[in-house]
Amino acid sequence: MTSRIDQDQVQHVASLAKLSLDDNQLKYFTTQLDDIIGLFETLSEVDTDGIKPTSSVSDQINVMREDVADNWGQRDALLANAPEAEDGYIKVPVIIDESEDED
Amino acid sequence: MNYFDKDLTSLHEDLVNKKISATDLTKATFDNIDTTDADVAAFLNLNKDAALKKAAELDEKGIDADNILAGIPVAIKDNIVTKCLTTTAASKMLENFKPIYDATATKKVNESGMINVGKTNMDEFAMGGSTENSAFKTTKNAWDYTRVPGGSSGGSAAAVASGQVVAALGSDTGGSIRQPASFNGVVGMKPTYGRVSRWGLIAFGSSLDEIGPITRTVKDNALILSAIAGHDDHDLTTSTNEVPDFAAGLNADTNVKGMKIGLPKEFLGEGVDKDVQDAILAAADKYRELGATVDEVSLPHNKYGVAAYYIISSSEASSNLQRFDGIRYGYRADDTKSLEDVYVKSRSEGFGDEVKRRIMLGTFSLSAGFYDAYFKKAAQVRTLIINDFQKVLKDYDFIMGPVAPTPAYKIGEDVDDPMTMYMNDILTIPVNLAGLPGMSIPAGFSNGLPIGMQLIGRPFDETTLYKAAYTFEQATDFHKQTPNAGGKN
Amino acid sequence: MNFETTIGLEVHVELKTNSKIFSPSPVEFGDDPNSNTNVIDWGYPGVLPTTNKGVVKYGIMAALALHAEVEKHPHFDRKNYFYPDNPKAYQITQSDTPIGHDGWIEVDVDGTKKKIGIAEMHIEEDAGKNTHERDYSYVDLNRQGTPLIEIVSKPEIASPDEAYAYLEALRQRIQFTGISDVKMEEGSMRVDVNISIRPAGSDKFGTKTELKNLNSFNYVRKGLAFEEQRQQRVLMSGGEIQQETRRFDENSGQTILMRVKEGSDDYRYFPEPDLPTLDISDDWINEIQVEMPEMPGKRRERYINDLGLTDYDAMVITQTKEMSDFFDATVKLGADAKMTANYLQGDVNAYLNEQHADLQDTDLTPENLAGMINLINDGTISSKMAKKVFKAITQGKEPKAFVEEKGLVQLSDPAKLQPIIDEVLANNQQSIEDFNNGKDRAVGFLVGQIMKQTHGKANPQVVNKLLIASLKK
Ligand SMILES: [Mg+2]
Ligand SMILES: [Zn+2]
Repeated sequence: MTSRIDQDQVQHVASLAKLSLDDNQLKYFTTQLDDIIGLFETLSEVDTDGIKPTSSVSDQINVMREDVADNWGQRDALLANAPEAEDGYIKVPVIIDESEDED
Repeated sequence: MNYFDKDLTSLHEDLVNKKISATDLTKATFDNIDTTDADVAAFLNLNKDAALKKAAELDEKGIDADNILAGIPVAIKDNIVTKCLTTTAASKMLENFKPIYDATATKKVNESGMINVGKTNMDEFAMGGSTENSAFKTTKNAWDYTRVPGGSSGGSAAAVASGQVVAALGSDTGGSIRQPASFNGVVGMKPTYGRVSRWGLIAFGSSLDEIGPITRTVKDNALILSAIAGHDDHDLTTSTNEVPDFAAGLNADTNVKGMKIGLPKEFLGEGVDKDVQDAILAAADKYRELGATVDEVSLPHNKYGVAAYYIISSSEASSNLQRFDGIRYGYRADDTKSLEDVYVKSRSEGFGDEVKRRIMLGTFSLSAGFYDAYFKKAAQVRTLIINDFQKVLKDYDFIMGPVAPTPAYKIGEDVDDPMTMYMNDILTIPVNLAGLPGMSIPAGFSNGLPIGMQLIGRPFDETTLYKAAYTFEQATDFHKQTPNAGGKN
Repeated sequence: MNFETTIGLEVHVELKTNSKIFSPSPVEFGDDPNSNTNVIDWGYPGVLPTTNKGVVKYGIMAALALHAEVEKHPHFDRKNYFYPDNPKAYQITQSDTPIGHDGWIEVDVDGTKKKIGIAEMHIEEDAGKNTHERDYSYVDLNRQGTPLIEIVSKPEIASPDEAYAYLEALRQRIQFTGISDVKMEEGSMRVDVNISIRPAGSDKFGTKTELKNLNSFNYVRKGLAFEEQRQQRVLMSGGEIQQETRRFDENSGQTILMRVKEGSDDYRYFPEPDLPTLDISDDWINEIQVEMPEMPGKRRERYINDLGLTDYDAMVITQTKEMSDFFDATVKLGADAKMTANYLQGDVNAYLNEQHADLQDTDLTPENLAGMINLINDGTISSKMAKKVFKAITQGKEPKAFVEEKGLVQLSDPAKLQPIIDEVLANNQQSIEDFNNGKDRAVGFLVGQIMKQTHGKANPQVVNKLLIASLKK
């Protein structure tokens, strides 16, 4: 059986998902993910030419909220749940990557 | 309190006639839990003080004779958020998490006068079919403590089946209400997608998740669904369809005469246990006897359901679970020197293996170069699965079949074999992909273990399912059996 | 070797709605950190977004203002990445079905007009804000969920000057819709820039670099100009352009390497399952089209053709919608168009600069400006007196009442002026002689005497007319 996903790819996927895997886990997950992706590939048998993908089965379309502001007053409760907060801010170890262009 | 002899109707009578107070009923429920939960391990967290306080208030006010749910204790799956009551989704990630708002389902339960007695165990973030993926405890099957209760709503199903409570809420993304209901011999309903608000349900697969009731009887189930269903401004995917009084049509006159039932040949195929097949064929005969017709039908794309489901649900989950990053709430790893540390350590320590597996599968399925072959392909196959159902349900009132290929299996048997675990969901998954209502009702036994039958209906036609389920229930004795020796057989 | 430049601009514009795009939290700036946030903005477990209809409407307005096709069935998508100001670790945006696509705007570079294509515009949520100190960063989620529209140009901008003109035209059109303040200095307009060059005639685009820290249109132009030159030097000396992000340094006017991009980002976009697809009807689009404010180009045509303004005046008046609306309102109240334009460009602008204020934030009203201009025109006050009146109307005073209160009314009645003229002439025989001898200067002297007699209130035009007539008798 040919391999569908190798350890490098699993490592890459883990890093996208912000997960770290030690060597044992890497082996273990690679074998399992490879099996499951093998199952995924059975879909290639299905002729889906011209078939629209379904991303929701809700019967609702075009439902929107009116543009009315409402402050729920949750600030203090929210800050109380944060692992670290200071002066009303959420506190995190300093962000070194200044690539704040993600919008 | 022996819930095996009770249902909502008789409990309500007792409450209204003051044979028992809400406080006594609530205390008795905690007594039930205290007595059996060391074995069953259905609960993660009890709501004793608040529950007793609410019961006392109801007693003070007097039980509303017109509200059958007033004063009824209920358990809530731990992925449905409850304000001020720890909600963990059975994950270390949320071990100490106190929500600051109520899920709409929680709110409706509270407003209906039901009393939330506590939060039930589940597979971590609802990912699994055995409740073995809980970070905290292993719930046991109510009929055999060496076996799994199913999952992911294993705690809710075991709590009802073992007589701890009369009703519980579960959630179902790929069978997570129906399969544990089947394994525990109780009634579980996964309503139509959009019937019950997902606001406050900790998201797993957003296009698949649905909250529903688990109860001992069909009528109880219908009563609770009517109470929790309905459009919600917080969840724009909830339907604006009117919510019927589902229990209204369940009485001595209820029948299935003239109904057309489809039995998909794919549902009794390879891999489905002989006893399970026999129970379903016997149920088909029973329905014929009761005046319905049962024909063999086909759902040709059913076999692709598992692959499509695991791609779609894992992809959605990989995105939904990114918010657990150790920054705003929940678990944050110690000894983090950098932001990257906070992310990677918190997530790697906070999530269990099954959750990591699904996150990685989903991340892979969505990643550059693989999206078309996996995510998009699965979404197209989903369309074909929906079309199959539509075709059959045009001609048939509902579809019947088994819920799971086997009865409950031994704890530890499949836990390290995700492929086998995933294939076990083959009969429930297509229903979520199509967003249809599906329910599980007791339909037989195999070596003392319950077998569940699945009924699948047209969108928003839970009414037909309840009628068919009620008719079957009244004509059979399966639901009257109770676990022997509290599951110690 | 000759090079061609290709510039791409991605412009983010903050929309002025009441509530956020996916949560009802207010859109307000400058409040205490996290005070305008709720469980949705924090990405709490179990929360769901709800689409703000006002944002969709503004998106349609932007599309119409930029001559774009409106997408009839848009949905939202998730863009996945981890960052502390991005609480769900995905941004809800539109990648498949942007609300508008294939638009254009016309720009004018040194008198040459050119249409520049707009590939698409999509509505999306803004992130929170991080501030950094030595060991910690601090996250404020007040901005999280603020609605944005991102406008992406087609690769048709060929020079830094065109980029500048594109931004000006874009800012102006969006400003006229009223959906955003579009102020770079306040962050309600943000510009991402990329630039590549290629040998003239080549059919393949060169490798592009991205520029950051461009906090004004001028810096965009300067940064691009520097980068254009730098890339040419690299290629001329046989080097290669790397895919990199560079920072514009305001002091030196140079761009400085920040980081080299390795591969492309993997945002794992997929359709947002929590939000229903939209179904935008033609009726709604038509309704919005009818409500749309007149765009600056149309206004300029009207000002030049119907009101006789010069091209230059029309351009200045249409810099902002507020100015143009003020002009229209003033003219509608009967004020002379040319005079109104002059006042707006002169005294009003000087006043706004001195006050560092926007027109809508002052006490000036079209009613009072029109009132003042009409008083000048009907001779009630002189343009000299108008200086005082203008000061009064900046304080919200009604000009007619002010003029009466201060006795500033100009003397224009010939019946009242003639006796004074007669008296002055009687006392200045010499000047009459001078006039008759062709010395025009005598008129100036006599007018001065009359003004002196009337304490400056005499209407100079009327005095002139009457005086000449009297002299010629
Ligand atoms: Mg962008
Ligand atoms: Zn953007």
